[in-house]
Amino acid sequence: MRKACNSSEFVADVMKKVPPSGIRRYFDLASEIDDVISLGVGEPDYVTPWHIREACIHSLECGETSYTSNYGLIELREEISNLFSTKYGVDYNPASEILVTSGVSEALDVAIRAITNPGDEIIVVQPSYVAYVPSVMFAGGVPVIVSTKLENNFKLTAEELESAITDKTKAVIINYPNNPTGATMGREDFEAIADVVCEHDIMVISDEVYDCLTYNGGHTCFSSLEGMRDRTILLNGFSKAYAMTGFRMAYAMANPKIISAMMLIHQYSMLCAPITAQIGAIEALKNGTNEMEKMVRDYDRRRHLIISGLNKIGLDCFEPKGAFYAFPSIKNTGLTSDQFAERLLNEQKVVTIPGNVFGEAGTGFLRCSYATSREEIEKALERIGAFVDSL
Amino acid sequence: MDDKTRHILECLEEDARTSHEKIAAMTGLTVDGVSKRVKELEDAGVIRKYKTVIDWDMAGDEYVYAVIELKVTLERKLGYQDLVERLYKFPEVRSVRLLSGQYDLSLTVSGKSMKEVAFFVAEKISTLEQVQHTTTHFVLKTYKEDGVILYEQDHVTRLLVTP
Repeated sequence: MRKACNSSEFVADVMKKVPPSGIRRYFDLASEIDDVISLGVGEPDYVTPWHIREACIHSLECGETSYTSNYGLIELREEISNLFSTKYGVDYNPASEILVTSGVSEALDVAIRAITNPGDEIIVVQPSYVAYVPSVMFAGGVPVIVSTKLENNFKLTAEELESAITDKTKAVIINYPNNPTGATMGREDFEAIADVVCEHDIMVISDEVYDCLTYNGGHTCFSSLEGMRDRTILLNGFSKAYAMTGFRMAYAMANPKIISAMMLIHQYSMLCAPITAQIGAIEALKNGTNEMEKMVRDYDRRRHLIISGLNKIGLDCFEPKGAFYAFPSIKNTGLTSDQFAERLLNEQKVVTIPGNVFGEAGTGFLRCSYATSREEIEKALERIGAFVDSL
Repeated sequence: MDDKTRHILECLEEDARTSHEKIAAMTGLTVDGVSKRVKELEDAGVIRKYKTVIDWDMAGDEYVYAVIELKVTLERKLGYQDLVERLYKFPEVRSVRLLSGQYDLSLTVSGKSMKEVAFFVAEKISTLEQVQHTTTHFVLKTYKEDGVILYEQDHVTRLLVTP
């Protein structure tokens, strides 16, 4: 008889160190309850605009089903290049400085792997999207956490960043507008960060997937800051702005040396992003602005609604100026984030995500996505109010 | 148009019954501020009317709709105005539009039956002096009315929780 296989012995050590996403648990809990209102969804509630879907359907009818260039369709890269040139005044060569990827998730993974040697430290600014720390660990890097604070409106300060930098620091990952806080950083805020980054000669991976979802004033693209273009790996995508999450369409932009390195990984793993999605992305950039702006105005109204609602209930909520998340503090209820979220789900059937899922800095907060209909937000606010009153 | 005004108009276009309190909560304006702006928009004629979109088929009423294309000759000085005024005063005429292309005017006409609509066109429209030619298209089914889709659609469900 042959020796039985103990499969777990074969799993690499690093996998055992990466904790499963805390969000997953709430998915399982919520799935068992009927009539749930979810403020736990990190994606638009809109269906992708019809003209984009229609362009994809047409491309399939025409038989456009082949591989594309590893970098992505040149027409798409040219559209992306034009967009950044006109919108942010930063120029990227479509031939060598743009890589089309399957979602920002892939772009992030590839970016980190392309610059990380074993033991290199990568600074992760928290509260943060749940994939940053694991992606650094998978790449053999060491994640170093910097916690932002409510009193600074969850902006990263130069002091906070500087205190985390060591000889081994290779890069810092920033994400503004931020998931889960909705925080944004203006040009002046970024200038101070740029100074520190230059002084210590490190790179910046800037995940700007929420750039179009900025309220009260425009977004500042990090690579548009003086001297930052070649020091930044800029990540962006179509999921949030054009309600295209399932298309998995994104891109990275950087100096050709960095993009070539990223391309090596991408070409031998993903090969290229799906052509149908790339064609949809071209259509989005060519003709999608009006519908996108309409969606953004709608998010803005829901933002006002949920922030004023949460504050009325007595859950302190700073004004998020971007993305589609409210991040109220639940500290004055005496409950932990997990207790609050779990009891709210069980007692009032509202799904929210406890802030600590996004790092220690999120402890005592709750992420409430307002990418859901006005009616659902109103119902959720009533239920949250009833829950807080019952405490 | 400023941002706040656009927000107010989009709220009311989506649902004419949206209360001023709710609009205030969604725009960051005060309730009085919203009421004042709405009044101004009404007075200026930007907001014309608050209406209900009804699926008359579903209500079980026997309304028949037709789109009528008109080819007309114009009189000196008067242009289209005189004719259009005569047309839109008929309650049967639901909309009047001046078009570019092969025809000049397009009307939407409603009636209790196809016969009633046909007679109305024959007696009241075709007989007008300026009207050269009419083409009547009866509406068989309305799928979308004024931006509202009039049949049940399957709802696509998202996952309850995503990162």
